[in-house]
This record gives sequence, structure tokens and C-alpha cells, in this order.
Amino acid sequence: MSATAYLIGVSAPCAAAVLGATLPVGRRLLGAALLSAVGCLAALAGAGEVLLSGHPFALHSAEVLPLTGVDVSLDPLGALFVAITAIVGLAVSCYSIGYGAYSNAGRTTTAVLPAFLATLLLVPAASSVATFMAAWELMALTSLLALLGDHRRRSETRDAAQWYAAMTHIGAAAILFGLVLLAARSGGQSFAAIAAHRRELSMPLRSGVFVLALVGFASKAGAVPLHVWLPRAHPEAPSPVSALMSGAMVNLGVYGILRVGEVLLGGGELWWWLLVAALGVTSAFFGALHAAAGTDLKRLLAYSTVDNVGLVLLGVGAAGALQSDGDRVLAGLALLAALFHLANHALFKSGLFLAAGAVQHSTGTRDLDRLGGLARKMPVTAVLFGIGALSISAVPGSNGFASEWLLFEGLLQGFASHSAATQAALLAGVAALAITGGLTATAFVKAIGVGFLGQPRSEEAREANDAAPSMLAGMGILAVACVALGVVPGVALPTFERVAADGLAGGAPHALRPGIGIDLAAARGAIDPALVVAGLLAVFLLAGIAVRFAPRPAQLRHPRRGEVWGCGRELQTARMEITATSFAEPLQRVFADVLRPDRDLEVTHADESRYFAEAISFHQCVDDALERLAYLPVIAAVVSWGRLARRVPNGSVHRYLAFGFAAVLVVLVVLG
Amino acid sequence: MTSGLASLAVVNPALAERAGVSALQVGIVLVGGPLLLGLMGKVRARAEGRVGAPITQGLSDLRKLFRKEAVRANPTSAVSGLAPVVLVGSAAVAAAITPLVSTLPVSAGGSDVFLVVYLLLMGSIALALGGLDAGTAFGGMGSSRAMTVGAISEPALLVGILALAVQARTSNLPGIVTASLNHPGWLASPQRVLALGALVVVVIAETGRIPVDNPSTHLELTMIHEAMILEQSGPDLALSTAGEAMRLGLLLGLVANLFFPWGVADSGSGLAVAIGVFALALKAASLAVLIALIEVSTAKLRLFRVPELLAGGFVLAVVAVTTGLVTR
Repeated sequence: MSATAYLIGVSAPCAAAVLGATLPVGRRLLGAALLSAVGCLAALAGAGEVLLSGHPFALHSAEVLPLTGVDVSLDPLGALFVAITAIVGLAVSCYSIGYGAYSNAGRTTTAVLPAFLATLLLVPAASSVATFMAAWELMALTSLLALLGDHRRRSETRDAAQWYAAMTHIGAAAILFGLVLLAARSGGQSFAAIAAHRRELSMPLRSGVFVLALVGFASKAGAVPLHVWLPRAHPEAPSPVSALMSGAMVNLGVYGILRVGEVLLGGGELWWWLLVAALGVTSAFFGALHAAAGTDLKRLLAYSTVDNVGLVLLGVGAAGALQSDGDRVLAGLALLAALFHLANHALFKSGLFLAAGAVQHSTGTRDLDRLGGLARKMPVTAVLFGIGALSISAVPGSNGFASEWLLFEGLLQGFASHSAATQAALLAGVAALAITGGLTATAFVKAIGVGFLGQPRSEEAREANDAAPSMLAGMGILAVACVALGVVPGVALPTFERVAADGLAGGAPHALRPGIGIDLAAARGAIDPALVVAGLLAVFLLAGIAVRFAPRPAQLRHPRRGEVWGCGRELQTARMEITATSFAEPLQRVFADVLRPDRDLEVTHADESRYFAEAISFHQCVDDALERLAYLPVIAAVVSWGRLARRVPNGSVHRYLAFGFAAVLVVLVVLG
Repeated sequence: MTSGLASLAVVNPALAERAGVSALQVGIVLVGGPLLLGLMGKVRARAEGRVGAPITQGLSDLRKLFRKEAVRANPTSAVSGLAPVVLVGSAAVAAAITPLVSTLPVSAGGSDVFLVVYLLLMGSIALALGGLDAGTAFGGMGSSRAMTVGAISEPALLVGILALAVQARTSNLPGIVTASLNHPGWLASPQRVLALGALVVVVIAETGRIPVDNPSTHLELTMIHEAMILEQSGPDLALSTAGEAMRLGLLLGLVANLFFPWGVADSGSGLAVAIGVFALALKAASLAVLIALIEVSTAKLRLFRVPELLAGGFVLAVVAVTTGLVTR
């Protein structure tokens, strides 16, 4: 039953891709979107059955791929990722109806989006090295095409695609190398055979495989320092694709680390997981800081993805480290927190990207410095963006709060570990969690406050309109899920706990008491978000009652409107408003050593006196310092090496023949 | 409200007792916050050789503001009306679940360090969004500065309390207070001294006192909190002012009970609660006097030096946790 539903789930988007490529213009959007949505529902049903019953299924088909065949199986760990992708995919499919009509989506774009979705659903179910690598590469390819989409002539998009292609292929090569090494040494390429033979492998080999896999998967997840493609590709992609990339694709990087590190290699050594936790801490801090400094709405969201992936990796690393110390209860708790945060991040971040897409479509820009006042022009989008932004800022009662609290609790309880190295990692983790909390709140106050409140800063923002109903419905699905998981997290958590036990080599005992809040019996910690929300609602109710009994209730309900305070002048223009750049300026100044902003201030003085300025021009660019310091020199070296190599082929046939001859000679000498 | 509690007392006496304690705590913070502000003003005035306003001035101001006409700026959205209510609401919920008078607030199990800190953050977010809503230069500037200060001080608050949580091995606030009552030796432990230093810095920053912010100035070069509420008037301003005062009362009460837990009631009986109220008032007032004296004796820091002070507080908090781990 679950297998059938899952297979329908993967094939329906494939059929949708065919429809998208073949149907005439008027019908292809709706046809492809509806079929993808059906596929997502079917995949959700299949994955849901595996999650709830705990019974995995396995299929093998020798016909589809020659030589190796295709192995598909879905265990609870994989099913969780399929379920998350399916929910995000459902919302994105719904949204793409309106979005495609707005943006005049071409044939390729309409066809590639469902194909990308199908590969995302396929990867967590692949259960042999060949199947996994095929699905992984298909995902890379379709996402690259989807990224290029209808904007392939824009130089920024081409640039982003180049970075993405290079990074994803370096990553894929590392994963391929690691997994092939593993398959060759364990006498079979199916994941079951590898897991069964892992004890026969030497620890250095296992460590080597893990590090290779970590490089590949961390680059897909966007962990610092392998994140450079993410803040380029996610903003440049069309918004439904951005939502799928941030809400579903980066998750699969985390999935890969868990699948290889825990399930295939059995947990390994402590330092593996300390490395993962270190990647997490760095990414969380770096991502949150850039999000707080950013002024481009979608780029801000992309950096915040780096931040949240960092928090998830922190939880995964803590879980692995605690497991190596032999504490299964706490390891299970940390992994539970990581997986729950991953799911929550998928929900609010894809919702935020979709809302950002609606803004971009309505105003033609995603530069916060040119937006403003959108809460009145696009009220529904503003509310939905607000729900996502408050969730990601971990406001109590939101799903982000529930999972960040769990993560905090996991780290705090982990201090009981005996290993000093683990304790140090957890301390760094708690500090990073605390700091990113403040920075994320700043970033999203900026995004809401500058983007949606205040006065419009440009003509485009002044003439914005709310998004199409189908787009709002897509965002609405995600917002409802965020609120539900935030108010009653206890309903979903037992499922996540089962997955966490499944994802850890050797399992993990139960730590949760049943209920609608979160009650960690083993760890003496509990929160009850429903009660907090009830308390807040009670205050709102009291305020409403107070208004009724006030001396002038009508006046309170419809307050008099007045001019804003302009220091005595009745003149207030949007040019006096604070911009996103100036909002972030104090924070940028505090963290100037990490951000290294590139700024340029030019003052032209009046001829009459130096004390009067004729014109002032200010340029600022906060690019990725890591990219400038670590990547550009490498790229420059490769380019100069390429220039050197270009001198070798000069068009002379004789020279080429000589090369061929020399090569044969070398091969003969080496083999002989 | 009273009849509701009475009927609850019949159904579930223990829960009614807890709900009663929570309601009492909210009431104390609501009234006590403005009184603490008045006390700090009085101490400052006396130290500067002035008579100063009466201690109840804050309450009178609130009464006056609540009666005034509500005026909102032209370009504002619903956020301007919501923000002050959310500020008060988050402070009230935090006051209801924090062990101020008794370790038995409603839902003692859900009274968590992380929750209280993030409820405060929720209030800060509401206030900052309210500041940006009118689209004025001052409001945005205030929000930007407040969020910058908050982005460093709230983590310091969290990590500072964490030092105590590590010692008590729980993040449950009543659990921490009870554990420190049972282990008097802990009170002088090095990590507590370090954490107290960090938290004093945080309280000064969070409540906008000198040397971080000057509550009695409207100078655009320096103001933080006042800039955010510049567009508010009448009941909106009253709610914001009350919310800020509640946050001050809550923070002082929380720090007082975490570091000097004597007198906190461990039951809902009348006498124990009365002692709890008295002890809370005494401890919070002493801390308020201490902060007022710090205010009188220091000059306001330049805005861009403030993060250095706060980063110092954060580092102090991290050192406190490390000390706790090493000496555990």
C-alpha cells in the first residue's frame, strides 16, 4: 500500500513534467501543477504510512537501470524527508499556477519544476549506491535547469548557475568517490549489504569515506565554508524553485550525512561528529550575521537558510558525539531536536521564499531599500510573510520556538556527557544558538519593518497588488502548518522521535511524555506553548474588554489620525525613512571584523567653502568575505593554470601526434 | 475573574492555587514595575541633591496617559495598535510563569529559562516593529539601535542564566530556584558571581538605563527606546510604558530570585505567599537602588561603545558556564 502510494507520488510529477513540456500554453501550467500536487499527496500518504506504522518497504527493478538495476526502499528516516518534501511540494505546486501565469513561464520552466520535485522525492528512498548517485545527479541537473529557468540571459543568474554547477559537481564527485570506495570494500552496492559489512572495514577507511561524504553533503546543505553557491543560487532562482531548494534540497544534505554516517557506517568516532558540530556552529553564526546585514530580501532568506542548516547540523553533531560517549537518551533527544528543526525550517523558509516571490512579482524588485508600505498594498501576503518571519525568529507559540527550545534543551542536558571535547562543542553550540537567536530576530524585524511597514520607497512599491489566490493558497498551507506545529508540537513529536531512534545506529530510548506540549521526562524540562498562546490571547481579550469600558470606546477603536512628528515641520517623505542598509549599519559596525563590508564615501565640497558639501555619494557592498578570501584565489590559480595550458595546443597536427605518442609511451612504461 | 477562580477551586484546588499565584505575580509586576522606576528616579534625584518626583509618579503618569485621546500617525498599519498590547501581553505571560513570589506558578513544568528569554525577545520585536510602522526617521533609528543592543544582550541573558541551569541540571526556573535554596553553598560559587555580573549588564541594557540608554532624554544622537515610541500617544503610549516597566520589574525580580532565592514561597499558603511578596519587594528594590546608583555614577557611553560593554557581558556569561562545567 505504502509502496504503491509512494510510486504514484514519484511518477505523477514525472508525468507532470511531460505534460508541462507538451501541452499548449493555456493548459500546461494548470495541468502540470495539478498532477504534481496529486503526486505530493500520494507521496505524503505513502511516507505517512511508513512513519506511522514503522514498517519500511523495499522494491527492486532490474529493468530500469542497466547493469545494477534500481533499488528503492523507504524506512522511517527516508520517509520523514519524503513527507517534508511532499508538503513543501504541494504548496509550491499550488503557488506555481499563479506564479507561472504572472511570469509567463516558458515550456522548459513548467516542465523542469515537477521533474525537480520528482527527484527530490526519489533521493531519500534510493537504497543502493548506483540508484542514489543517479537520483542525486538527476536532482543536481534538474535543479540547475530550474535555476536557469526563464532568466538565463541575466548575467547574475548565469553566474549563480556556474557557481552552483561547480560546487554541486565537486560535492557529487566526493560523494561518489566515498560511496564507491565503500561499496568496493563491502562486497555489494546495496545500502543493506554495506551496513551489514561495516564492521569488517578498518576505521581509517570508514573515516575517509565519512569525510568525503561530509564534503559532498555539506556543500549541498550549504554549510560554511562550502556555502558560497547558496546565497547566489537561491535568490536568483524563480521563487517556486527557491522554495524547493531551501525547503527540500538542503535537507537532503543533512539526510546524506545521517544516512552515511549513522546508518551505513554505524556512528564511527567522536571526532566525526565534533567536525559536523563545528560546521554547524560556524554556519549558524556566519549565516545569521549575513542575514542581519543583508538588504536583498531573497539573499537575506538564503543566508538565513545557511544559519538554520547550521543549527540542524549542530543538533546532528551533538547527537553523534553524545552517542559516541555512550549516552543514547541524550543523543536521541539532540537528533529529535535537529530533525524537528529541519522540518520546521522547511515549512517557514519555503513559505518565506514564496512570499518574497509574490513581492518580487508585484513590485519587480527584491531590494528592501526600494520597498516599504506593502502591508497596506498586499495585506494577505504581508500576514503570511509575518507568520513565517515570526516563526523563524522563534517567537513563543511558533514552531521555530518549539524546535529551538528542544535544541537548547538537548545541548543543555548533553553537558552531562563525560567527554570534555563534547562539552566544549556543546558550549560553543549554546553560545551560537543564543547569538543567532538575536541576530535572526534583527534580520526579520528588518525584513518586515522595512519591507512591509512604513511608507513605500519607490513607485513600484506604491503600486503593488496582492498575489493571485492560488499563490496565497500555497503560502497559506505552509503558514497553517507552522502555526499548528508551534501551538501543539506534542502531536507530531512522537513521530519525529521514532525517526530519530531509527536514524541513530543502535536506536534511542523514548524521552518524551505524551501530551500537546513538549515534556521531556528524562531531562526534567518542559514547555507548554498552547498555554503561552492562551495567556497571550487572554491579554488580547482583556484589552478588548478594557476598550469597551473605556471612557471613549469609539475613539479608541478608530483613533484620530495625525501627522508624524517631523521636528516641527509638516513634511515627511519616504526619503527620510530608515532604509535596510541603515537599519543594519550599527550591527555591521559591531561585526565589521567578520563581515568586512566594502564601503566608499565620496564628498564633493562646494567651491566657496570646504564646510559645505555639494554632493555626497555612498556605496556599500557586503559581499561574502569568505568567498573573497578563500575561493577567489583558488579560482584565479585555476584560471592562470588554464591560460598556461592553452599555450600547449597551438593547432599544429605534428605537435598533437607527438603528444599522443608520448602518452602511449608513458602508459606502456607505467604498465610494463 | 474571581468567580472563575472560585469555581476552579472547587474542581481542582491545586490548580486554582497556582493560577492564583500567577495572577498575583502579574499584578505585582504590573504595579511594582512603575513603582521601581519611581524608586530609581527618587534615588537618582536625591543623589544629585534634588527632591525628585514621588515614587508613585509612574502610576499617575499611566493613569493620565490612559485617559488621553488616542492619536496615531497617518501612515501606520494595524501593527501600531498591536505592538503595545503584545509587549504587555508577553511581559504578563512571562510574569505569570516566572517564580517571583512562589515556586508554584501555573504550569510550573513549563516555566523555562528559554521561554522567558524568548518572551522578552517577543516584546522587543513587537516594540521594534511598532517603531518602524510610522515610517519616520526617528522610529526606524530607534528600532535599529534597540535590535542591535537586544541582539547581543538577550543572548547574554540566556547564557548567563544557563550558568545556573548547568549547576542545577535543569532549565526549569522553579527547579533552579528550589535547587539553589537546597544548596546554600552554591550561592557563593564562582560561576554565580560571574553570571551575576553578566546579568547586571543585561538588565541595564534591556531596561534602557545609563550607560546604555538614557530614559530621560530625547536627543536624536543618543536615544534608543524613546525614539521607538516617539509616535505613540495616549493609551498606546501608556501600554508601551507599562510594558517597559513590567519588563524591568520582571527582570529585577528574576535576577533577585535566581541569585538570592531566600523568601520565595514553596507553597500556595497565605503566609508563605505574603513572605514571598515582601521578600521580592525588598530584593527587587535593593537591586533597583543599586542600578540607580550605577546610573548616577557613570556617564552614558557613546552608542558604538555600547556593544563592547554588552559583548563583555556575553563573554562573562560564557566564562561563567565554562567555570560551572569545570568545577562540576
